[in-house]
Amino acid sequence: MTLLQVQGVVKEFSTPGALGRKSTFTAVDDVSFDVELGETLAVVGESGSGKSTTARIAARLLEPTRGTVIFDGVDVTRARGKELARFRNDVQVVFQDPFSSLNPRYTVERIITAPLSYQGIKPAEGYRAAAQELMERVGLNPDHCQRYPAQFSGGQAQRIGIARALAVNPKLVICDEAVSALDVSIQAQVLELLMRLQAESGFSYIFIAHDLAVVRQICHRVAVMNQGRIVELGTREQVFGDPQDDYTRTLLAAVPRINPEWDAKRRQRKVTL
Amino acid sequence: MSDELFVVEDLTVTTSTGRGPVDVVKNVSFTVGRDETLGIVGESGSGKSMTALAVLGLLPRGARTSGSVRLDGTELLGRSDRELRPIRGNAISMVFQDPLSSLNPYYTVGLQIEEMYRTHRGGSRKAARQVVIEALEQVRIPDAGRRIDQYPHQFSGGMRQRVMIAMALCCSPSLLIADEPTTALDVTVQAQILELLAELQSTTGTGMIFITHDLAVISSIAQRVLVMRSGDPVEYGTAEQVFSDPQHDYTRMLLDAVPRIDDEVAS
Amino acid sequence: MTRYVLARLGGVVVILLAVCLFTYLIFFKLSPDPAVMICGKTCTPERIDSIRSVLGLNQPILTQFGEFLRGIVAGRDYGAVHCPAPCLGYSFQTNESVWSMLTSRLPVSITVAVGAAVLWLLAGVIGGLVSAVKQGTWWDRTAMALALGGVSVPNYVLALVLQYVLVVKLQVLPFPSAPAFGDDPVLWFESYLMPWVVLAVGYACLYARLTRSNVIDTLSENYYRTARAKGLGGALIMRRHALRPALTPIATIFGMDFAGLLGGALITETVFGLNGIGKLAADSIAKNDQPVIMAVTLLAAFFVVIGNVVVDLVYTALDPRVRVVSA
Repeated sequence: MTLLQVQGVVKEFSTPGALGRKSTFTAVDDVSFDVELGETLAVVGESGSGKSTTARIAARLLEPTRGTVIFDGVDVTRARGKELARFRNDVQVVFQDPFSSLNPRYTVERIITAPLSYQGIKPAEGYRAAAQELMERVGLNPDHCQRYPAQFSGGQAQRIGIARALAVNPKLVICDEAVSALDVSIQAQVLELLMRLQAESGFSYIFIAHDLAVVRQICHRVAVMNQGRIVELGTREQVFGDPQDDYTRTLLAAVPRINPEWDAKRRQRKVTL
Repeated sequence: MSDELFVVEDLTVTTSTGRGPVDVVKNVSFTVGRDETLGIVGESGSGKSMTALAVLGLLPRGARTSGSVRLDGTELLGRSDRELRPIRGNAISMVFQDPLSSLNPYYTVGLQIEEMYRTHRGGSRKAARQVVIEALEQVRIPDAGRRIDQYPHQFSGGMRQRVMIAMALCCSPSLLIADEPTTALDVTVQAQILELLAELQSTTGTGMIFITHDLAVISSIAQRVLVMRSGDPVEYGTAEQVFSDPQHDYTRMLLDAVPRIDDEVAS
Repeated sequence: MTRYVLARLGGVVVILLAVCLFTYLIFFKLSPDPAVMICGKTCTPERIDSIRSVLGLNQPILTQFGEFLRGIVAGRDYGAVHCPAPCLGYSFQTNESVWSMLTSRLPVSITVAVGAAVLWLLAGVIGGLVSAVKQGTWWDRTAMALALGGVSVPNYVLALVLQYVLVVKLQVLPFPSAPAFGDDPVLWFESYLMPWVVLAVGYACLYARLTRSNVIDTLSENYYRTARAKGLGGALIMRRHALRPALTPIATIFGMDFAGLLGGALITETVFGLNGIGKLAADSIAKNDQPVIMAVTLLAAFFVVIGNVVVDLVYTALDPRVRVVSA
């Protein structure tokens, strides 16, 4: 079942140029894609490719200049009021910098349950219990629900962000460079968590990232963006195994790799141990 | 080994925090040979950048160091700021992570390279300008004669990092310290910068310390590797040793965690 | 560039017109009838009527406003008296031409503003800079404590204290009298010294704190670290990599502060009895001399608005990032 349809979306920004001159910059240029229920669509690209703007439009944090966004069969491109509130309930975002996206003066419990209170949902067993259950789901110690964000490490803070996103049982979670700021060992754990949560609850991800190797671990399908356009869209196997577009090939070739010979030797040793 | 270019022995860096002194680098030792690249790899808080700053005496206020840092047999640790100035940029130079914030927005890139060249080598502005143009051409900035008069914000990220590299190499240092020089760059630009660094190193014979969190990058550029974790040296050896036969659990864990682009992934 | 400047100047005209209209409406509609005031004690209804018709007060307000504007551009006639452009009318109190009142007093205000500005820039920037470099030392702490105190002292208090101590008690300075520079340079300097100091103290303290925090911020910038890693030192690194970036924003604030002062330093001029625009404003308000109030307000607005434009233009020259890039 198709959960989200993005059709012919264009986003233009008018930038106030030097000394009052104006110019228009097309950040997203005629982008279309679908997201199926339960799948992970990765959007990859380099800086300025328009991937983050695309994510923001899909999350309705930005309105497109042209084009439509259809969620669950409803056109939400210009949704307002109640309609938008319902959409916000179904679509949650996890941001790149875990600390700046968590209010430092609120306890974890308050942060995690904020989406519930915004939506006017009162959990049957109370906010405390709801927060603790969510913390357990994302691998945090529920006894820490009265702590503040600064008392957590970067990886744990990102788990708080994920717990907050899950509070309202979303159908779609948009991860905007959600693991980019994390150390590699932490990154692997958070990716694992994201995949486990999807397997448990069956929601969809739009996974925005610049790191192709990371994307390859988590996605079902990939859209490669360059200069505001999708240059290639296909399954993971297609795009990584048999890329059709020149830019995709350049991008894949540029990813640094651990010397394959050394890597193979190491694995062999590991197996024989 | 007397022919080692650069020797660090038992380097310890202590910074003062609100809760008293903390050792951010503990007893780190390594050597860098001429023509050689040492990779220092570690996650955030591993002390890898502090090690680099300690070498040039650029640590934040209140930091103390002990141990020994020798370039061509000359001790650098414990020297005053004034005594280190003729070394900085001249014998040992540095490239930082974020090229935009590392360049002064108020001056042209030409002036920022020229001021350094003339500080160490003297000479007229006109002569220095020619050196700067050549340095920019060496890092393959097209139209160097015109771009020398442009400001940092007029360059793309990759071009800015080329400017930083041109600056670092213009006094022909014997050691180049690159602290996460490609981390802020796009992957295609990163590939170009890595290629450029390797090529320049082979033509100039400069020793290099390459600091990064990215094991894959280290594997492509370094001959020797030092793995650090919370200020401790964890593993030190040739790149082949560290990558094909890691001795320490932490190194193994890091290597396992690196996402791969080529091999099989569990579906 | 030329187009930008023209557009900005167009904006200036619009803002000044709005200020004019607003001031005009407030003072000419909400205060007592000017004709009655001019007429004085021995007044007849006929005389009031004739004054009204000479001043045009019997016409609708917008017509009056139009006449006022026309006077500025082209001059106007009050009965038999011709007031040449730029005509701002005549003082109700002294019958003097308002324009000539302004032009005779402006030099005093400019002298006060320029002298004070030089003082506070020197004291503020140097003090702040030394504090930043010696951050955390007793010098820094003392200077910043003084600066905080200096900002808090109202300048009329400072003015009265200085006047009492230096003029009345110690008699080292004469009472300020605003002489011309050419007549007696020493007296000129002695007369303006106290007003300069009084006006400068508050600004100097503000600028010292501002400079200190800007320089400290700059010293932790990555490019300052780069400059150190390049082996630069001494005056060069200070000038290029600390001062230039730290002082550029201060230049724009200075422009606005200075422009504000050109419109008259009301309190300082009044306390020291200097016949500048500020004192003129105070006097005219006290006596409800509407044409003068109107003119003084307009002049102050003019300086602020022009100052704003100049600051923007200067900033584009100082900061290469906002400069036009001619491809």
